[in-house]
Amino acid sequence: MSEATLTEFDTPAVAPHGADDHDAGDHGGHPVSSTGLSNNKLAMWLFLGSECLLFGGLISTYMLYRGRHTGSPGPAQLWDIPLTSVSSFILLMSSLTMVLAVSAAQQRDDRLTNLWLAVTALLGATFVGAQVYEFTTFYYEGVGFTTSLFSSSFYTLTGFHGVHVTVGIVMLMALVGIISRSKVPGDKAEVVELIGLYWHFVDIIWIVIFTLVYLIPA
Amino acid sequence: MAIVERPSTVPAIAGGAAPTFVGPADAYGAYRRPVTTTGWRSWLFTVDHKKLGLMYGVSAMIFFLIGGIEALLIRTQLAAPDNTVLSADLYNQMFTMHATTMVFLFVMPMAAGWANYFVPLQIGARDVAFPRLNAFGFWCFLFGGLFLNTSWFLGGAADGGWFMYQPNASSLFSPSNGVDYWSLGLQITGIASLTGAINLIVTVLNMRAPGMSLMKMPIFTWMILVVQFLLVFAIPVITVALFLLMFQRNFGAQFFNVDAGADPLLWQHLFWIFGHPEVYILILPSFGIVSEVLPVFSRKPLFGYKFVVFSGAAIGFVGWGVWAHHMFTSGLGPVSVAVFSVSTMLIAIPTGVKIVNWTLTMWGGKIHFTTAMLFSIGLIVEFTIGGLSGVTHSVSPSDTQQTDTYYIVAHFHYVLFGGAVFGIFAGFYYWWPKMFGKMLNETLGKWNFWLMVVGMNLTFGPMHILGLQGQPRRMVVWPDKLTGEGFFDLAFWNLAATVGSYLLAIGIFLFLVNVWRTTRKGATAPLDPWDARSLEWLTTNPPKAHNFDVVPHVHALDEYFHMKYEEVDTDTGPRLVKVRTAEELQAEQEANADTHIHMPSPSYWPIVLAIALPIMAYGIIYSTLLTVAGGVILLLAMFAWALEPSVADDSDYDPPPSGEAGKELASV
Amino acid sequence: MTTTEHDEHIGHEEHGAHKPNSFYIKVAVALAIVTAVEVGLYYLDLGKLFMPTLLILMVVKFVTVVSLFMHLRFDHKMFSWLFYSGLFLALFVYLAALTTFQFFDGG
Repeated sequence: MSEATLTEFDTPAVAPHGADDHDAGDHGGHPVSSTGLSNNKLAMWLFLGSECLLFGGLISTYMLYRGRHTGSPGPAQLWDIPLTSVSSFILLMSSLTMVLAVSAAQQRDDRLTNLWLAVTALLGATFVGAQVYEFTTFYYEGVGFTTSLFSSSFYTLTGFHGVHVTVGIVMLMALVGIISRSKVPGDKAEVVELIGLYWHFVDIIWIVIFTLVYLIPA
Repeated sequence: MAIVERPSTVPAIAGGAAPTFVGPADAYGAYRRPVTTTGWRSWLFTVDHKKLGLMYGVSAMIFFLIGGIEALLIRTQLAAPDNTVLSADLYNQMFTMHATTMVFLFVMPMAAGWANYFVPLQIGARDVAFPRLNAFGFWCFLFGGLFLNTSWFLGGAADGGWFMYQPNASSLFSPSNGVDYWSLGLQITGIASLTGAINLIVTVLNMRAPGMSLMKMPIFTWMILVVQFLLVFAIPVITVALFLLMFQRNFGAQFFNVDAGADPLLWQHLFWIFGHPEVYILILPSFGIVSEVLPVFSRKPLFGYKFVVFSGAAIGFVGWGVWAHHMFTSGLGPVSVAVFSVSTMLIAIPTGVKIVNWTLTMWGGKIHFTTAMLFSIGLIVEFTIGGLSGVTHSVSPSDTQQTDTYYIVAHFHYVLFGGAVFGIFAGFYYWWPKMFGKMLNETLGKWNFWLMVVGMNLTFGPMHILGLQGQPRRMVVWPDKLTGEGFFDLAFWNLAATVGSYLLAIGIFLFLVNVWRTTRKGATAPLDPWDARSLEWLTTNPPKAHNFDVVPHVHALDEYFHMKYEEVDTDTGPRLVKVRTAEELQAEQEANADTHIHMPSPSYWPIVLAIALPIMAYGIIYSTLLTVAGGVILLLAMFAWALEPSVADDSDYDPPPSGEAGKELASV
Repeated sequence: MTTTEHDEHIGHEEHGAHKPNSFYIKVAVALAIVTAVEVGLYYLDLGKLFMPTLLILMVVKFVTVVSLFMHLRFDHKMFSWLFYSGLFLALFVYLAALTTFQFFDGG
């Protein structure tokens, strides 16, 4: 979440010497950073860079173990490509609605921002719902978390992704609530943008998972 | 004098035509921010990087002593053949926890302490980019470390070695909860490292004083920057490994179940892809400290600043390509082994560059053999020895003989103790006056140093022989009948190593005595006792809460030095002449002090959020109910953090003593 | 504080090229089409061409979302450096590790 960097921390970037000081009203100036870039945005991109290593490890584990399921169903028996294609499409479209939310936030249109944020959350929830349905089906077909190396790896990878989506949905809904009560700490457009970055990242991880896990035959 | 205003309730947000602002009066319910500046509460809720740095340092030193006791127990067990001081089971726990403690609970947090305290000062900033996140990171580290160590009392500590190879450390072969404490504890401390890394990178990139380009930053700050990048990318890898381990042990996943088709090498790859950058994470901060100390006590600027910077970055970069040298005997196959062998040889080069630059810094300089300087020179010597044995490991055929023997133990203790720890101690003696306003006693310091040098060489030197003669690592006993004769009488060398470890312990004890005596009656330190070069010395002892009365404008590398000295032409050529003293510079600062300094407010939520994590961790081991309870605290604390006002309400402060409303004087 | 002052202070990283919503909708449609093609490929038999084609399409979608939806193409290069460092590092270490498992040795 956004650190209230602006009021919380005011470093005058240019050292005032004596007289030409900031006065009380001026310390609200966006603190000019050494790079000119926002602290929060830098932090978010760093975080997303680190998440590449996280999901890379989970994807690699899956790719290594996808074929190890002696005596129990494997990908070929389980996948419902049409269903997963539709849910992938839904998640992809949620990225679009997220962009529209950011756009609305940059135009200072709170109502429209909230609308698109809510639609994004709804699409995300639909995706998660489809996954829950999918996993439940697999479970009843005899593939649980502990069944085989393939299943442990699959549920871990998609589970981590699903948790990330869920966290994203919670953040989106919280943001809707905060915006509607006009209590956004810091730059509202930036907060929406940064949550948007997180959301898109979760989407691109799914782009990779959908291809590598579902579309490439084991 | 600087006037630090009580954080203002005037809306002060930029960001657009219609800013919204969470005034403290609008804050949801109970989210008032703490206001105390003294007492235990001011430590518990602080977001001040200096206080957090001190807390990191004190906690790390306590873990150092715990890890040290674990080491002494190991050495006592190995002092004589077939010894019975420790049972085999306890011995396994001892070496596992010794290493885990030293790596994760001492060196890493100690470096975090140095970085937290001094990076903002060195770049001319007043705090880090995300002060609450900083506090959160510290409490995560502390609670994670404490959680990990409660395993001693709750069924036994982890016993699979600090690298926890699978399937040896699975529930089948390691049934106690120790490994669970290990995996969960390190997840918690990992969060500290990751958030700290993001924080420090943004701080260094974004909060440098005007005029301080990246190539004008002190080397310590540069090395810390490289380390944070290593952390940001390495921690997620071990996070994956630890999750797989946790799912395996606590939820029945199959990841390391060989019967189900698992490959034990998966763990090794994941662990060492983290583990090798990790060793550079451990050493680079000390390289940075030494790069500060050597020029100051050679009365010369660092030789080849650019080379030292680029070699540090190169070490960080190439360090990602060598991890499988920890796996040469694991069955990787000749092609992989050859590739990693070559890459490992390559990484010696940038380190060698640093050694050369440090040596050339001293060459022709006027050396002052203060304790800080002794530890720095000690690092160069001891790390070189450790580096040389490291190069022998890179040759995979010879590593095949060396691996899992005491030769490896010798190598990494030379580089870690002679490298990382010596650098940390150099930091103590160098920066103590700035942090505490007192000088550590130099006589005691020299005894401290020499006992540590003799102690460490006596402890770890013989291990080269022990290893090459075949004594394996991680064995609870060594049998008398396998010891040789004469120079290769391993019984002698084992005993020598044990004696050395006790000498080491005495050396460290002397350091603690030094600290205690200095605290009670140490000499008051001047502002700039060493006539140093970097900006952290442009402050009071200790620095004021807001660090600098005036944020300096930086014109050169070693800016502080150039504030004091000017080059003057004389008959004998250009000479450096001191034109201003530290005291004069400080007085100038105070005379021109900023009058509207706003410092970040303390907060309850970092520590509350942090405490949720060990609660959830205990829940994973014992009861899902606890995990749920911890999860609820986690969620609530996150929301509270996000929604709390950025400042405390006016009414929460005591009325100011003087008539001026809304202002309070800067606390020194 | 007027909007123009705000713009100066912010340093323009997010004001590079403010695309209209229609642009993003077009991109989304393109992404949907690529997804449909990917799924279609699953049912066709392209033989040896299947894997490379699929992976290329995956990368195209990935880069499109990152550059356009996440605005990375229009933002300051620093963000690209930070993100792509992580991405390429991940690719490097994990592909290398999988290679040691003879994962890419075919069959």
